[in-house]
Amino acid sequence: MSSHKISIRPFGVHAILVEWPVKIEEAILNEILEFVQYLKKYHLKESEWEFIPAYNSLTLICRDAEIDFGVLKPKLEEWYLAKKEPVLLEQYLWRLPVCYDAEYGGDLQEVSDHLGISTQEIIKLHSSAIYTVYGIGFLPGFTYLGGLPEALEIPRKPVPRAKVFKGSVGIAGKQTGIYPQDSPGGWNIIGICSVSMFDAKSKTPCFLKVGDKVQFYPISKAEYQLHKIESEVGIYKMEKLKWDA
Amino acid sequence: MLNIIKAGFFTTLQDQGRFLFRNMGVPVSGVMDTMAVSKINALLENDDNDAVLEITMTGPVLSFEEPTFIALGGAEMAVFLNDLPIRNYRVYQIKKGDVLSYGKLENGIRNYLGVKGGFTTEPILGSRSFYKPVTQHNSVKDHTSLPYGICKDFKPKITELKVDASIIEAKVLKVYKGPEFQQLHPNQLEQLFYTEFSVAKENNRMAYQVNETIEGHQVSMLTSATLPGTVQLTPAGKLIILMKDGQTTGGYPRILQLSDEAIAVLSQKKSGDHFAFKLI
Repeated sequence: MSSHKISIRPFGVHAILVEWPVKIEEAILNEILEFVQYLKKYHLKESEWEFIPAYNSLTLICRDAEIDFGVLKPKLEEWYLAKKEPVLLEQYLWRLPVCYDAEYGGDLQEVSDHLGISTQEIIKLHSSAIYTVYGIGFLPGFTYLGGLPEALEIPRKPVPRAKVFKGSVGIAGKQTGIYPQDSPGGWNIIGICSVSMFDAKSKTPCFLKVGDKVQFYPISKAEYQLHKIESEVGIYKMEKLKWDA
Repeated sequence: MLNIIKAGFFTTLQDQGRFLFRNMGVPVSGVMDTMAVSKINALLENDDNDAVLEITMTGPVLSFEEPTFIALGGAEMAVFLNDLPIRNYRVYQIKKGDVLSYGKLENGIRNYLGVKGGFTTEPILGSRSFYKPVTQHNSVKDHTSLPYGICKDFKPKITELKVDASIIEAKVLKVYKGPEFQQLHPNQLEQLFYTEFSVAKENNRMAYQVNETIEGHQVSMLTSATLPGTVQLTPAGKLIILMKDGQTTGGYPRILQLSDEAIAVLSQKKSGDHFAFKLI
Protein backbone atom coordinates (compact mmCIF):
# COMPACT_ATOMS: atom_id res chain seq x y z
CA MET A 1 0.00 0.00 0.00
CA SER A 2 0.96 3.66 -0.52
CA SER A 3 3.42 2.48 -3.12
CA HIS A 4 2.48 4.92 -5.87
CA LYS A 5 3.13 8.59 -6.22
CA ILE A 6 -0.04 10.65 -5.88
CA SER A 7 -0.87 14.19 -6.90
CA ILE A 8 -3.43 16.35 -5.13
CA ARG A 9 -5.26 19.23 -6.76
CA PRO A 10 -8.09 21.57 -5.81
CA PHE A 11 -11.44 21.06 -7.53
CA GLY A 12 -13.46 24.16 -6.64
CA VAL A 13 -13.91 24.85 -2.94
CA HIS A 14 -16.08 21.86 -2.10
CA ALA A 15 -13.89 19.11 -3.54
CA ILE A 16 -10.32 17.93 -3.73
CA LEU A 17 -8.91 15.52 -6.30
CA VAL A 18 -6.32 12.86 -5.54
CA GLU A 19 -4.78 11.17 -8.58
CA TRP A 20 -2.66 8.06 -9.02
CA PRO A 21 -0.60 7.26 -12.13
CA VAL A 22 -2.75 7.29 -15.29
CA LYS A 23 -3.21 3.54 -15.69
CA ILE A 24 -6.11 1.11 -15.67
CA GLU A 25 -4.80 -1.32 -13.08
CA GLU A 26 -6.46 -3.29 -10.35
CA ALA A 27 -3.53 -2.69 -8.01
CA ILE A 28 -4.05 1.07 -8.30
CA LEU A 29 -7.83 0.77 -7.91
CA ASN A 30 -7.45 -1.35 -4.79
CA GLU A 31 -4.95 1.07 -3.33
CA ILE A 32 -7.50 3.87 -3.82
CA LEU A 33 -10.23 1.78 -2.18
CA GLU A 34 -7.98 0.94 0.77
CA PHE A 35 -7.17 4.62 1.19
CA VAL A 36 -10.93 5.41 1.21
CA GLN A 37 -11.49 2.86 3.98
CA TYR A 38 -8.64 4.30 6.01
CA LEU A 39 -9.88 7.89 5.56
CA LYS A 40 -13.42 6.92 6.56
CA LYS A 41 -12.17 5.05 9.62
CA TYR A 42 -9.82 7.66 11.00
CA HIS A 43 -10.12 11.09 9.43
CA LEU A 44 -13.14 12.04 7.31
CA LYS A 45 -16.69 11.51 8.59
CA GLU A 46 -18.95 9.63 6.19
CA SER A 47 -21.84 11.95 7.04
CA GLU A 48 -19.88 14.96 5.81
CA TRP A 49 -17.75 13.63 2.99
CA GLU A 50 -18.47 11.87 -0.28
CA PHE A 51 -15.82 9.56 -1.71
CA ILE A 52 -15.89 9.12 -5.49
CA PRO A 53 -13.31 6.61 -6.73
CA ALA A 54 -12.92 6.09 -10.50
CA TYR A 55 -10.04 4.38 -12.33
CA ASN A 56 -6.95 6.28 -11.10
CA SER A 57 -8.63 9.04 -9.11
CA LEU A 58 -10.40 9.73 -5.86
CA THR A 59 -12.54 12.85 -5.49
CA LEU A 60 -13.40 13.92 -1.97
CA ILE A 61 -16.43 16.21 -1.73
CA CYS A 62 -17.26 18.09 1.44
CA ARG A 63 -20.99 18.51 1.93
CA ASP A 64 -21.21 21.81 3.77
CA ALA A 65 -17.94 23.49 4.58
CA GLU A 66 -15.46 24.97 2.15
CA ILE A 67 -12.19 23.09 1.92
CA ASP A 68 -8.98 24.86 2.89
CA PHE A 69 -6.75 23.31 0.25
CA GLY A 70 -3.54 24.54 1.89
CA VAL A 71 -4.48 22.68 5.07
CA LEU A 72 -6.01 19.51 3.63
CA LYS A 73 -3.39 18.75 0.97
CA PRO A 74 -0.45 18.15 3.36
CA LYS A 75 -2.76 16.20 5.68
CA LEU A 76 -3.83 13.89 2.85
CA GLU A 77 -0.19 13.36 1.89
CA GLU A 78 0.66 12.51 5.47
CA TRP A 79 -2.33 10.16 5.79
CA TYR A 80 -1.44 8.47 2.52
CA LEU A 81 2.10 7.74 3.68
CA ALA A 82 1.13 6.83 7.26
CA LYS A 83 1.88 3.26 8.26
CA LYS A 84 -1.41 1.40 8.21
CA GLU A 85 -2.65 -1.98 9.31
CA PRO A 86 -3.60 -4.21 6.37
CA VAL A 87 -7.14 -3.51 5.11
CA LEU A 88 -9.46 -6.23 3.94
CA LEU A 89 -11.59 -4.97 1.09
CA GLU A 90 -15.04 -6.51 1.02
CA GLN A 91 -15.48 -7.36 -2.63
CA TYR A 92 -17.85 -9.67 -4.46
CA LEU A 93 -18.09 -11.44 -7.77
CA TRP A 94 -21.59 -11.01 -9.18
CA ARG A 95 -22.82 -13.39 -11.87
CA LEU A 96 -25.34 -11.59 -14.06
CA PRO A 97 -27.58 -13.22 -16.70
CA VAL A 98 -27.51 -11.75 -20.20
CA CYS A 99 -29.73 -12.65 -23.12
CA TYR A 100 -27.62 -12.22 -26.27
CA ASP A 101 -30.57 -12.78 -28.61
CA ALA A 102 -30.49 -10.58 -31.71
CA GLU A 103 -33.83 -9.09 -30.62
CA TYR A 104 -32.08 -7.34 -27.71
CA GLY A 105 -28.52 -7.15 -28.97
CA GLY A 106 -29.26 -4.69 -31.74
CA ASP A 107 -25.61 -4.24 -32.73
CA LEU A 108 -24.48 -7.87 -32.40
CA GLN A 109 -24.36 -8.47 -36.16
CA GLU A 110 -22.65 -5.13 -36.82
CA VAL A 111 -20.03 -5.85 -34.14
CA SER A 112 -19.50 -9.29 -35.65
CA ASP A 113 -18.97 -7.79 -39.12
CA HIS A 114 -16.66 -5.07 -37.79
CA LEU A 115 -14.49 -7.41 -35.69
CA GLY A 116 -14.59 -10.30 -38.14
CA ILE A 117 -15.63 -12.86 -35.56
CA SER A 118 -18.86 -14.81 -35.31
CA THR A 119 -21.68 -13.74 -32.98
CA GLN A 120 -21.22 -17.04 -31.09
CA GLU A 121 -17.57 -16.17 -30.54
CA ILE A 122 -18.54 -12.67 -29.30
CA ILE A 123 -20.96 -14.17 -26.79
CA LYS A 124 -18.38 -16.71 -25.65
CA LEU A 125 -15.68 -14.07 -25.19
CA HIS A 126 -17.95 -11.54 -23.52
CA SER A 127 -19.33 -14.05 -21.03
CA SER A 128 -16.02 -15.70 -20.18
CA ALA A 129 -14.17 -12.64 -18.88
CA ILE A 130 -14.27 -11.44 -15.29
CA TYR A 131 -14.75 -7.68 -15.24
CA THR A 132 -13.80 -5.12 -12.62
CA VAL A 133 -16.01 -2.15 -11.69
CA TYR A 134 -13.67 0.82 -12.23
CA GLY A 135 -16.24 3.54 -11.75
CA ILE A 136 -19.94 4.34 -11.40
CA GLY A 137 -21.43 7.37 -13.11
CA PHE A 138 -23.05 8.71 -16.29
CA LEU A 139 -26.42 7.50 -14.93
CA PRO A 140 -27.45 6.22 -11.48
CA GLY A 141 -26.15 2.63 -11.34
CA PHE A 142 -24.13 2.75 -14.58
CA THR A 143 -20.91 0.82 -13.99
CA TYR A 144 -17.77 1.16 -16.07
CA LEU A 145 -16.54 -2.43 -16.36
CA GLY A 146 -12.92 -2.94 -17.35
CA GLY A 147 -11.32 -6.18 -18.51
CA LEU A 148 -12.98 -6.59 -21.91
CA PRO A 149 -11.15 -9.19 -24.04
CA GLU A 150 -8.97 -7.39 -26.58
CA ALA A 151 -10.70 -9.14 -29.48
CA LEU A 152 -13.93 -7.31 -28.53
CA GLU A 153 -12.51 -3.77 -28.51
CA ILE A 154 -14.59 -1.62 -30.81
CA PRO A 155 -15.15 2.16 -31.04
CA ARG A 156 -18.36 3.78 -29.86
CA LYS A 157 -21.09 4.04 -32.47
CA PRO A 158 -20.47 7.05 -34.72
CA VAL A 159 -24.00 8.30 -34.05
CA PRO A 160 -25.39 7.55 -30.58
CA ARG A 161 -28.82 5.98 -30.29
CA ALA A 162 -31.55 8.33 -29.03
CA LYS A 163 -32.93 5.50 -26.92
CA VAL A 164 -31.15 2.50 -25.46
CA PHE A 165 -33.45 0.25 -23.42
CA LYS A 166 -33.00 -0.40 -19.72
CA GLY A 167 -30.81 -3.47 -19.14
CA SER A 168 -29.01 -3.23 -22.49
CA VAL A 169 -25.44 -4.49 -22.35
CA GLY A 170 -22.99 -2.47 -24.40
CA ILE A 171 -19.32 -2.51 -25.37
CA ALA A 172 -17.13 0.45 -26.32
CA GLY A 173 -13.35 0.83 -26.33
CA LYS A 174 -11.92 -1.33 -23.56
CA GLN A 175 -15.15 -1.29 -21.57
CA THR A 176 -18.48 -2.98 -21.17
CA GLY A 177 -21.50 -1.89 -19.14
CA ILE A 178 -25.23 -2.19 -18.52
CA TYR A 179 -27.65 0.69 -19.12
CA PRO A 180 -29.58 1.02 -15.83
CA GLN A 181 -32.52 2.85 -17.42
CA ASP A 182 -33.80 3.91 -20.84
CA SER A 183 -31.44 6.63 -22.04
CA PRO A 184 -29.55 7.89 -25.07
CA GLY A 185 -26.29 6.00 -25.54
CA GLY A 186 -23.40 5.44 -27.91
CA TRP A 187 -22.18 1.98 -26.92
CA ASN A 188 -22.62 -1.06 -29.17
CA ILE A 189 -25.51 -3.10 -27.76
CA ILE A 190 -24.95 -6.86 -27.76
CA GLY A 191 -27.52 -8.15 -25.26
CA ILE A 192 -29.81 -7.43 -22.34
CA CYS A 193 -29.50 -8.13 -18.62
CA SER A 194 -32.61 -8.95 -16.60
CA VAL A 195 -31.25 -7.66 -13.29
CA SER A 196 -32.18 -4.11 -12.29
CA MET A 197 -28.98 -2.11 -11.75
CA PHE A 198 -30.53 0.71 -9.75
CA ASP A 199 -33.46 0.77 -7.34
CA ALA A 200 -34.04 3.96 -5.35
CA LYS A 201 -36.35 2.07 -2.97
CA SER A 202 -33.66 -0.39 -1.93
CA LYS A 203 -31.38 0.13 1.08
CA THR A 204 -28.48 -0.25 -1.33
CA PRO A 205 -29.84 1.40 -4.50
CA CYS A 206 -26.86 0.15 -6.49
CA PHE A 207 -25.65 -3.28 -5.42
CA LEU A 208 -22.37 -3.04 -7.34
CA LYS A 209 -19.52 -1.11 -5.77
CA VAL A 210 -16.32 0.12 -7.35
CA GLY A 211 -13.83 -2.75 -7.04
CA ASP A 212 -16.46 -5.51 -7.34
CA LYS A 213 -16.22 -8.14 -10.09
CA VAL A 214 -18.84 -9.04 -12.66
CA GLN A 215 -19.21 -12.07 -14.88
CA PHE A 216 -22.00 -12.52 -17.39
CA TYR A 217 -23.65 -15.82 -18.33
CA PRO A 218 -25.79 -16.35 -21.41
CA ILE A 219 -29.49 -17.09 -21.00
CA SER A 220 -32.28 -17.77 -23.48
CA LYS A 221 -35.10 -15.40 -24.32
CA ALA A 222 -37.51 -17.41 -22.17
CA GLU A 223 -35.13 -17.34 -19.20
CA TYR A 224 -34.70 -13.58 -19.68
CA GLN A 225 -38.48 -13.04 -19.55
CA LEU A 226 -38.74 -15.22 -16.44
CA HIS A 227 -35.83 -13.52 -14.62
CA LYS A 228 -37.24 -10.12 -15.50
CA ILE A 229 -40.57 -10.94 -13.88
CA GLU A 230 -38.80 -12.48 -10.86
CA SER A 231 -36.68 -9.36 -10.60
CA GLU A 232 -39.71 -7.06 -10.79
CA VAL A 233 -41.59 -8.87 -8.03
CA GLY A 234 -38.42 -9.13 -5.97
CA ILE A 235 -37.92 -12.90 -5.85
CA TYR A 236 -34.95 -13.13 -8.18
CA LYS A 237 -31.94 -14.54 -6.32
CA MET A 238 -28.69 -13.01 -7.44
CA GLU A 239 -25.52 -15.07 -7.65
CA LYS A 240 -22.89 -13.43 -5.49
CA LEU A 241 -19.55 -14.86 -4.36
CA LYS A 242 -17.03 -13.41 -1.93
CA TRP A 243 -13.97 -12.27 -3.86
CA ASP A 244 -10.51 -12.41 -2.37
CA ALA A 245 -8.29 -9.91 -4.11
CA MET B 1 -52.30 20.42 -0.40
CA LEU B 2 -51.20 22.59 -3.29
CA ASN B 3 -53.23 21.65 -6.35
CA ILE B 4 -51.44 21.80 -9.66
CA ILE B 5 -54.15 23.00 -12.03
CA LYS B 6 -51.64 23.55 -14.82
CA ALA B 7 -48.02 22.48 -14.36
CA GLY B 8 -46.37 24.98 -16.72
CA PHE B 9 -43.40 24.20 -18.95
CA PHE B 10 -41.13 22.52 -16.41
CA THR B 11 -41.96 22.74 -12.72
CA THR B 12 -40.14 20.65 -10.13
CA LEU B 13 -39.81 20.35 -6.37
CA GLN B 14 -36.28 21.02 -5.10
CA ASP B 15 -34.47 21.30 -1.80
CA GLN B 16 -30.71 21.67 -1.33
CA GLY B 17 -30.12 18.29 -2.95
CA ARG B 18 -29.29 14.65 -2.48
CA PHE B 19 -25.97 13.98 -0.85
CA LEU B 20 -23.96 10.80 -0.23
CA PHE B 21 -25.20 8.88 -3.30
CA ARG B 22 -22.85 10.26 -5.94
CA ASN B 23 -20.69 7.14 -5.58
CA MET B 24 -23.68 5.29 -7.10
CA GLY B 25 -23.96 7.77 -9.94
CA VAL B 26 -26.85 9.77 -8.43
CA PRO B 27 -26.50 13.51 -9.16
CA VAL B 28 -26.83 15.92 -6.28
CA SER B 29 -29.86 17.79 -7.82
CA GLY B 30 -31.41 20.57 -5.71
CA VAL B 31 -32.35 24.18 -6.51
CA MET B 32 -30.40 25.77 -9.37
CA ASP B 33 -30.50 29.36 -8.05
CA THR B 34 -29.42 28.81 -4.45
CA MET B 35 -29.08 32.56 -3.86
CA ALA B 36 -32.76 33.22 -4.61
CA VAL B 37 -33.98 30.26 -2.56
CA SER B 38 -31.91 31.15 0.52
CA LYS B 39 -33.65 34.52 0.56
CA ILE B 40 -37.12 32.99 0.19
CA ASN B 41 -36.54 30.47 2.95
CA ALA B 42 -35.05 33.18 5.15
CA LEU B 43 -38.11 35.43 4.64
CA LEU B 44 -40.43 32.55 5.57
CA GLU B 45 -38.08 31.70 8.48
CA ASN B 46 -37.79 28.20 7.05
CA ASP B 47 -34.89 25.79 7.19
CA ASP B 48 -32.50 26.44 4.28
CA ASN B 49 -33.16 22.88 3.07
CA ASP B 50 -36.95 23.26 2.95
CA ALA B 51 -38.35 22.26 -0.43
CA VAL B 52 -39.63 24.90 -2.88
CA LEU B 53 -41.15 24.79 -6.36
CA GLU B 54 -38.70 25.57 -9.14
CA ILE B 55 -40.66 27.09 -12.01
CA THR B 56 -38.96 27.24 -15.40
CA MET B 57 -39.89 29.62 -18.23
CA THR B 58 -43.70 29.21 -18.36
CA GLY B 59 -45.29 29.13 -14.94
CA PRO B 60 -48.11 27.03 -13.51
CA VAL B 61 -51.60 27.71 -12.20
CA LEU B 62 -51.94 26.58 -8.59
CA SER B 63 -54.60 26.55 -5.90
CA PHE B 64 -54.07 26.27 -2.16
CA GLU B 65 -56.25 23.98 -0.01
CA GLU B 66 -54.99 25.23 3.33
CA PRO B 67 -53.91 28.58 4.73
CA THR B 68 -50.20 29.29 4.66
CA PHE B 69 -47.70 32.02 3.81
CA ILE B 70 -45.69 32.17 0.61
CA ALA B 71 -42.77 34.04 -0.90
CA LEU B 72 -41.47 34.11 -4.48
CA GLY B 73 -38.01 34.82 -5.83
CA GLY B 74 -35.57 34.31 -8.68
CA ALA B 75 -36.70 35.14 -12.22
CA GLU B 76 -39.03 38.09 -12.63
CA MET B 77 -42.36 36.84 -13.91
CA ALA B 78 -45.83 38.31 -13.85
CA VAL B 79 -47.52 36.43 -10.99
CA PHE B 80 -51.06 36.92 -9.78
CA LEU B 81 -52.66 35.95 -6.48
CA ASN B 82 -56.41 35.81 -7.22
CA ASP B 83 -55.81 38.16 -10.16
CA LEU B 84 -53.84 40.75 -8.17
CA PRO B 85 -50.17 41.08 -9.13
CA ILE B 86 -47.61 40.09 -6.49
CA ARG B 87 -43.85 40.49 -6.45
CA ASN B 88 -40.69 38.65 -5.55
CA TYR B 89 -39.13 38.53 -2.09
CA ARG B 90 -42.20 39.52 -0.13
CA VAL B 91 -44.27 37.40 2.27
CA TYR B 92 -47.95 36.96 1.35
CA GLN B 93 -50.68 35.37 3.42
CA ILE B 94 -52.66 32.63 1.66
CA LYS B 95 -56.25 31.67 2.45
CA LYS B 96 -57.96 28.40 1.61
CA GLY B 97 -58.94 28.41 -2.05
CA ASP B 98 -56.51 31.12 -3.17
CA VAL B 99 -55.26 30.76 -6.74
CA LEU B 100 -51.75 31.65 -7.90
CA SER B 101 -51.21 32.01 -11.64
CA TYR B 102 -48.12 32.80 -13.63
CA GLY B 103 -47.97 35.07 -16.65
CA LYS B 104 -45.22 36.54 -18.75
CA LEU B 105 -41.55 35.84 -18.09
CA GLU B 106 -39.73 39.15 -17.81
CA ASN B 107 -36.22 38.54 -16.63
CA GLY B 108 -34.27 35.37 -15.85
CA ILE B 109 -35.76 31.90 -16.39
CA ARG B 110 -36.33 30.19 -13.01
CA ASN B 111 -38.79 31.48 -10.43
CA TYR B 112 -39.20 29.89 -7.01
CA LEU B 113 -42.27 29.48 -4.83
CA GLY B 114 -41.68 28.80 -1.16
CA VAL B 115 -44.36 28.01 1.43
CA LYS B 116 -44.09 28.35 5.19
CA GLY B 117 -42.45 25.12 6.45
CA GLY B 118 -41.68 23.92 2.92
CA PHE B 119 -43.42 21.21 0.88
CA THR B 120 -43.63 17.98 2.84
CA THR B 121 -43.40 15.14 0.33
CA GLU B 122 -41.61 11.97 1.45
CA PRO B 123 -37.84 12.41 0.97
CA ILE B 124 -36.20 9.75 -1.20
CA LEU B 125 -32.52 9.01 -0.55
CA GLY B 126 -32.46 11.96 1.81
CA SER B 127 -33.97 14.59 -0.48
CA ARG B 128 -37.28 15.84 -1.91
CA SER B 129 -35.64 17.00 -5.14
CA PHE B 130 -37.20 15.60 -8.29
CA TYR B 131 -34.84 13.50 -10.37
CA LYS B 132 -35.97 10.53 -12.41
CA PRO B 133 -35.32 7.57 -11.82
CA VAL B 134 -34.86 8.35 -8.11
CA THR B 135 -38.27 10.02 -8.01
CA GLN B 136 -41.22 8.79 -10.04
CA HIS B 137 -41.44 11.90 -12.20
CA ASN B 138 -39.05 14.44 -13.64
CA SER B 139 -41.48 17.34 -13.16
CA VAL B 140 -44.88 17.97 -11.59
CA LYS B 141 -47.90 16.98 -13.68
CA ASP B 142 -51.29 18.64 -14.24
CA HIS B 143 -54.01 17.68 -11.74
CA THR B 144 -51.64 16.39 -9.09
CA SER B 145 -50.99 17.90 -5.68
CA LEU B 146 -48.13 18.58 -3.29
CA PRO B 147 -48.50 18.51 0.52
CA TYR B 148 -47.56 21.32 2.91
CA GLY B 149 -48.37 22.13 6.53
CA ILE B 150 -51.19 24.51 7.58
CA CYS B 151 -50.04 27.86 8.94
CA LYS B 152 -52.56 30.49 10.06
CA ASP B 153 -50.40 32.70 12.22
CA PHE B 154 -47.00 33.89 11.22
CA LYS B 155 -45.55 37.28 11.96
CA PRO B 156 -42.46 37.49 9.75
CA LYS B 157 -39.55 39.46 11.20
CA ILE B 158 -39.04 40.93 7.73
CA THR B 159 -41.93 41.07 5.26
CA GLU B 160 -40.00 42.20 2.23
CA LEU B 161 -36.44 42.14 0.93
CA LYS B 162 -35.05 44.67 -1.51
CA VAL B 163 -33.11 42.56 -3.97
CA ASP B 164 -30.98 44.16 -6.63
CA ALA B 165 -32.36 42.92 -9.97
CA SER B 166 -28.88 43.23 -11.45
CA ILE B 167 -28.06 39.78 -9.99
CA ILE B 168 -30.22 38.30 -12.74
CA GLU B 169 -28.48 40.40 -15.36
CA ALA B 170 -24.95 39.66 -14.12
CA LYS B 171 -22.76 38.59 -17.03
CA VAL B 172 -19.64 37.51 -15.19
CA LEU B 173 -19.25 33.94 -13.97
CA LYS B 174 -16.56 33.68 -11.31
CA VAL B 175 -14.66 30.46 -11.77
CA TYR B 176 -11.81 28.46 -10.28
CA LYS B 177 -9.21 26.62 -12.34
CA GLY B 178 -10.45 23.09 -12.99
CA PRO B 179 -8.31 19.97 -12.47
CA GLU B 180 -7.19 19.90 -16.15
CA PHE B 181 -6.75 23.70 -16.46
CA GLN B 182 -2.96 23.36 -16.73
CA GLN B 183 -3.32 21.43 -19.98
CA LEU B 184 -4.84 24.42 -21.79
CA HIS B 185 -2.46 26.25 -24.12
CA PRO B 186 -2.19 30.04 -24.54
CA ASN B 187 -4.63 30.23 -27.49
CA GLN B 188 -7.30 28.39 -25.57
CA LEU B 189 -6.73 30.50 -22.47
CA GLU B 190 -7.11 33.67 -24.46
CA GLN B 191 -10.31 32.43 -26.10
CA LEU B 192 -11.66 31.26 -22.76
CA PHE B 193 -11.24 34.57 -20.96
CA TYR B 194 -11.68 37.09 -23.80
CA THR B 195 -14.79 35.70 -25.48
CA GLU B 196 -18.30 36.76 -24.68
CA PHE B 197 -20.07 33.41 -24.72
CA SER B 198 -23.76 32.77 -25.24
CA VAL B 199 -26.01 30.04 -23.90
CA ALA B 200 -26.99 27.41 -26.50
CA LYS B 201 -30.56 26.19 -26.82
CA GLU B 202 -29.37 22.96 -25.17
CA ASN B 203 -29.64 24.18 -21.60
CA ASN B 204 -31.41 22.48 -18.73
CA ARG B 205 -30.92 21.21 -15.19
CA MET B 206 -28.33 18.68 -16.40
CA ALA B 207 -26.05 20.96 -18.38
CA TYR B 208 -25.69 24.26 -20.19
CA GLN B 209 -24.06 24.09 -23.61
CA VAL B 210 -22.40 27.11 -25.16
CA ASN B 211 -22.79 28.40 -28.75
CA GLU B 212 -19.19 29.55 -29.25
CA THR B 213 -16.39 27.00 -29.39
CA ILE B 214 -12.73 27.40 -28.52
CA GLU B 215 -9.80 25.51 -30.00
CA GLY B 216 -10.19 21.76 -29.50
CA HIS B 217 -7.67 19.30 -28.06
CA GLN B 218 -6.51 15.70 -28.11
CA VAL B 219 -6.10 15.28 -24.36
CA SER B 220 -7.42 11.89 -23.33
CA MET B 221 -8.13 11.11 -19.72
CA LEU B 222 -9.68 8.39 -17.66
CA THR B 223 -13.24 8.89 -16.43
CA SER B 224 -13.22 10.82 -13.18
CA ALA B 225 -15.68 12.68 -10.93
CA THR B 226 -17.51 15.83 -12.06
CA LEU B 227 -19.47 18.35 -9.98
CA PRO B 228 -22.26 20.87 -10.55
CA GLY B 229 -20.47 23.81 -12.15
CA THR B 230 -17.73 21.75 -13.81
CA VAL B 231 -16.87 23.13 -17.27
CA GLN B 232 -15.88 20.33 -19.62
CA LEU B 233 -14.05 20.86 -22.92
CA THR B 234 -14.81 18.36 -25.67
CA PRO B 235 -12.14 17.40 -28.26
CA ALA B 236 -14.02 19.57 -30.80
CA GLY B 237 -13.72 22.63 -28.53
CA LYS B 238 -17.28 22.67 -27.22
CA LEU B 239 -17.87 23.83 -23.65
CA ILE B 240 -20.33 21.89 -21.51
CA ILE B 241 -21.18 23.35 -18.12
CA LEU B 242 -22.63 20.68 -15.84
CA MET B 243 -25.47 21.79 -13.59
CA LYS B 244 -27.33 20.30 -10.59
CA ASP B 245 -28.71 17.18 -12.35
CA GLY B 246 -25.43 16.70 -14.23
CA GLN B 247 -23.74 13.33 -14.46
CA THR B 248 -21.37 12.48 -11.60
CA THR B 249 -18.43 11.34 -13.74
CA GLY B 250 -17.06 12.31 -17.11
CA GLY B 251 -14.18 11.73 -19.48
CA TYR B 252 -13.63 15.25 -20.87
CA PRO B 253 -11.04 17.62 -19.39
CA ARG B 254 -12.50 19.66 -16.52
CA ILE B 255 -11.02 23.02 -17.37
CA LEU B 256 -12.97 25.31 -15.04
CA GLN B 257 -15.11 25.04 -11.95
CA LEU B 258 -17.90 27.57 -11.36
CA SER B 259 -18.23 29.09 -7.92
CA ASP B 260 -21.56 28.51 -6.13
CA GLU B 261 -22.53 32.07 -6.96
CA ALA B 262 -21.72 31.55 -10.65
CA ILE B 263 -23.95 28.43 -10.78
CA ALA B 264 -26.80 30.55 -9.40
CA VAL B 265 -26.10 33.35 -11.89
CA LEU B 266 -25.93 30.94 -14.84
CA SER B 267 -29.14 29.21 -13.76
CA GLN B 268 -31.07 32.40 -14.57
CA LYS B 269 -29.65 32.49 -18.13
CA LYS B 270 -31.66 31.27 -21.11
CA SER B 271 -30.82 30.51 -24.76
CA GLY B 272 -28.91 33.41 -26.31
CA ASP B 273 -28.01 35.16 -23.03
CA HIS B 274 -24.40 36.29 -22.77
CA PHE B 275 -21.73 35.66 -20.15
CA ALA B 276 -17.97 35.66 -19.64
CA PHE B 277 -15.66 33.71 -17.35
CA LYS B 278 -13.49 35.44 -14.77
CA LEU B 279 -10.90 33.62 -12.68
CA ILE B 280 -11.16 34.08 -8.92
